[in-house]
Amino acid sequence: MRTHPGIVAIALAIAAFLVAFLVIPVVAVVYTAFSDGHGGFTLAHFAAFHEISLMRESFANSLYVAGMTVGLGTLIAVPLAYLTVRFQFRGAILVQTLGVLPLVMPAFVGAAAMQLLFGRSGSVNLILKDAFGVTLPLMEGLNGVIFVETLHYFPFILLNLSAALANIDSSMEEAAQNLGASGWRLFRKVVFPLAMPGYVAGASLVFIKVFDDLGTPLVLNVTNMLAPQAYLRVTSIGLEDPIGYVICVILVAFSIGAMGGSWWFVKRRDYALVSRGGVQAPRRRLTPWQALLAYGWIAGMLLLVLSPHLGILLLSISKVWSFTVLPEQLTLAHYATVFTESKQMIWNTFLYCGLAALLDVALGTAIAYIVLRTKLPGRQLLDHLVTIALAMPGLVLGIGYLRTFKGVELPFGGGALTASWVIFVLAYAVRRLPYALRSCMAALTQVHPALEEAAENLGAGRWNTIRRVVIPLMMGGILAGFVTSFITAAAEISETILLTSRESMAPMSYGIYLYFQSVLGRGPGAALGVIAVALVAFGTYVSHRLVAARSPHQSGGGQ
Amino acid sequence: MKTPAIRALALALACLPFAAAADTVTVVTSFPKEITTAYKKAYEAKYPQDKVEILNKNTAAGIAYVREQAAGTRPEVFWASAPDAFEVLSSSKLLAKIGPGNPAIPAKVGNYPVNDPEGYYRGQALAGYGLMWNTRYVKANNLPEPKEWADLVKPVYFGHLAISSPSRSGTTHLTVETILQGEGWTKGWEQLLAICGNSAAITERSFGVPDGVNNGQFGIGLVIDFFGLAAKNSGMPVEFVYPSVTAIVPANIALIDGAKSKDAGMRFIEFTLSEEGQMLLLQKEISRLPVLPSVYAKAPAGYPNPFGGKIQAKVNFDSNLSESRYYVVVSLFDQQVTFRHKELVAAMKAIYDAEKRLGGKKSAQLDEARKLVLTPVVDEKQAADPKLLALFKAKKTDAEASKAKAKVEEEWAARAKANYARAVELANNAK
Repeated sequence: MRTHPGIVAIALAIAAFLVAFLVIPVVAVVYTAFSDGHGGFTLAHFAAFHEISLMRESFANSLYVAGMTVGLGTLIAVPLAYLTVRFQFRGAILVQTLGVLPLVMPAFVGAAAMQLLFGRSGSVNLILKDAFGVTLPLMEGLNGVIFVETLHYFPFILLNLSAALANIDSSMEEAAQNLGASGWRLFRKVVFPLAMPGYVAGASLVFIKVFDDLGTPLVLNVTNMLAPQAYLRVTSIGLEDPIGYVICVILVAFSIGAMGGSWWFVKRRDYALVSRGGVQAPRRRLTPWQALLAYGWIAGMLLLVLSPHLGILLLSISKVWSFTVLPEQLTLAHYATVFTESKQMIWNTFLYCGLAALLDVALGTAIAYIVLRTKLPGRQLLDHLVTIALAMPGLVLGIGYLRTFKGVELPFGGGALTASWVIFVLAYAVRRLPYALRSCMAALTQVHPALEEAAENLGAGRWNTIRRVVIPLMMGGILAGFVTSFITAAAEISETILLTSRESMAPMSYGIYLYFQSVLGRGPGAALGVIAVALVAFGTYVSHRLVAARSPHQSGGGQ
Repeated sequence: MKTPAIRALALALACLPFAAAADTVTVVTSFPKEITTAYKKAYEAKYPQDKVEILNKNTAAGIAYVREQAAGTRPEVFWASAPDAFEVLSSSKLLAKIGPGNPAIPAKVGNYPVNDPEGYYRGQALAGYGLMWNTRYVKANNLPEPKEWADLVKPVYFGHLAISSPSRSGTTHLTVETILQGEGWTKGWEQLLAICGNSAAITERSFGVPDGVNNGQFGIGLVIDFFGLAAKNSGMPVEFVYPSVTAIVPANIALIDGAKSKDAGMRFIEFTLSEEGQMLLLQKEISRLPVLPSVYAKAPAGYPNPFGGKIQAKVNFDSNLSESRYYVVVSLFDQQVTFRHKELVAAMKAIYDAEKRLGGKKSAQLDEARKLVLTPVVDEKQAADPKLLALFKAKKTDAEASKAKAKVEEEWAARAKANYARAVELANNAK
């Protein structure tokens, strides 16, 4: 296939977009961290960073919290994943729900609700104090961050691990069983090592997410971690504070390091299996005791995972909730407040996230096509650039945007770019592009090139083929990508806090944050949170349905 | 597939949140949503041709924001509590000279001028600082109700208080300065450190304190009056008092120099100072103290009136002194308290444990421990040292200065940490 000049132009345009809105802002941040203020190179800011014990401590705390979250998340996720994939077990749907529920609630919203349930005078501690005279410091300092983040992010491990387990050929396990391995030994020696790529992918993702998270520590008043320090530095001292940029560089380095590390880990050994998922493993039966343990574990987890949702729901309908186990008077007034005062914010969320997701699937489809269907030199570079976006903390990108686009005016008298809503669309689109791209790539892989060749043989031109054959066949994946981009952008807070300059252009996530900062705002804030959760939950459901509807094609069209 | 998508896009573009052609008053403020929404609604009802845009930022971030905008595109109005913020803005030539407004507003409250003597900003409401507590929490934990700052240093309050950090919250900085000016540097810090040692948390936002008290996370919080009064008036189980070492200080409003629509900005400012605008402050979810004395006649019974001599403000707040040492006070607080809170609390606990063990017996080690914990690592003379003050005001991009500043801060942090550790040791071995 000869490369069409139009495709070259599109590829260049995409590259230009990524350079302008991803590479340059990040480079600006890195440059500032190494610049001495007169255009020269210096390591003085890093030395200064290292000399501040608070910074060293924040660094250690961030590592500790991220590490603990991965550890605890593993403890929760591994048994759940193993149960659903390998046993005859009626709770599989429950476990899947469990894997999605936490993701539909922004972590910082969950944090506020968890404080009411597990905090110093939260419901649980009030009951414990009444009954036994003790309280548990579940939400104190770093504990709270670890607790909230674990419940929020363990699904990443669960989902990746489940997928990896499902892909293991059952003959490997059967062979091991024939050789006499069973139970724990079978799991430890054969199953888990085979599922390692999935586990490492999930765990490294959790590590990065927690390491970069800003909203949760802020809501829990924990400041001695890296992300909050960067935010505090940049907002209170100003965009000129070098230490803030040093922190950004560290966040970026760790993110790229963790992602690169997991990639290297998977490449290092050969995990490929001769056949893949061909024969579903016969699921084993649970003995009654095992079943009891399994259901107990799942019920307990479900209760924990549901607690922030329950908390936020209660908060949104309570008039006064203070120092009591449950709120006293119930009201629906907060929803009325939200619908009269904050319609604009709900609309803004739809607008920004919708446009960003639209941009994402457009770019994602184009990049997928260029990478998979053309021989354009350097086409992999686009893919790699997008992958960088996955490792880019929202905070870093936000700071980079503010710095790079300071003073840039929009055409047609739209005002400053950093003060307009366009910046949200760009920021959301760039950071969510990897999700959309994965989805589009997967969809295109499943479209056999023979179909395109057939169309071209019948006389259809390149564009016609793409429009009439390729895109319709990819539609399921494109829609799933759209929904994923949309819902993750709707729940975003780190960039949003940084980029919001006017209340009228704020999206819902900022509205929730803002409401939580006024005396009577908890109720309306929680109501807005419930709406956001419902929206995201609905989106997730739709995207799952789309993916499920696509699955039959997989075996027929793909391989 | 394409056409509906394009149509949807066109529809989306048609409803974009662009401002209409009318004048827009952009207000940079640190005030909560209740206040801003009430003023936005009332103003837009009275002047339908104008639109009010609220830019909610904490005070420090608000200053940084205004400073980073080019002249001609700046927001119109700056509206916040901390007088120092306005000093910083006016000394950076970012405020327009507007002089005093409504003549019915008195020039002074106590000894403090309501409006900026140089005419760059005006007082819009009055604020005092005080103590707010959750009545249920206090009852459940058998705590006596506090009246003065000095009450809070008592061991009985250990683990029940909350305060915010002055580096994050302009109002907390005012509280801290008020205590420092009211009690003097050394005694003031002694009190502050003891209070912080008794605190369960140093919150990141000033609102974190009233919020935690409202929902019962904390027993007692140090807050600006309207947080306490508004919560109480809207049915939360909380109480609020003004201690005698309090300053009544105006929350100010100013017109930003180089704003896009100056006239509309001025219109908004005059509105907030009119009788109509001042009346809004009495709404129960706002509960602020108006600067227009005649409004108090219409206030509900028991509404605190700073003009009636009901709140006794012993401190004459010196905003020049406050501004001159702003960065030093803020940084010292962070290094000694905010970032070392765990160690400070541990030291206080060790001291209280030792006091209990010794049962009131005098102990040199314990006195030494107490002194180590409750003495600021920077004394009054050092805090007034022009060289130190200049270092903290230096340009942030200056690598040399930022290194030197980091070194000073590090020294404070290290000393504080060592002091706390030594105090624990002394207290544990006290005989």
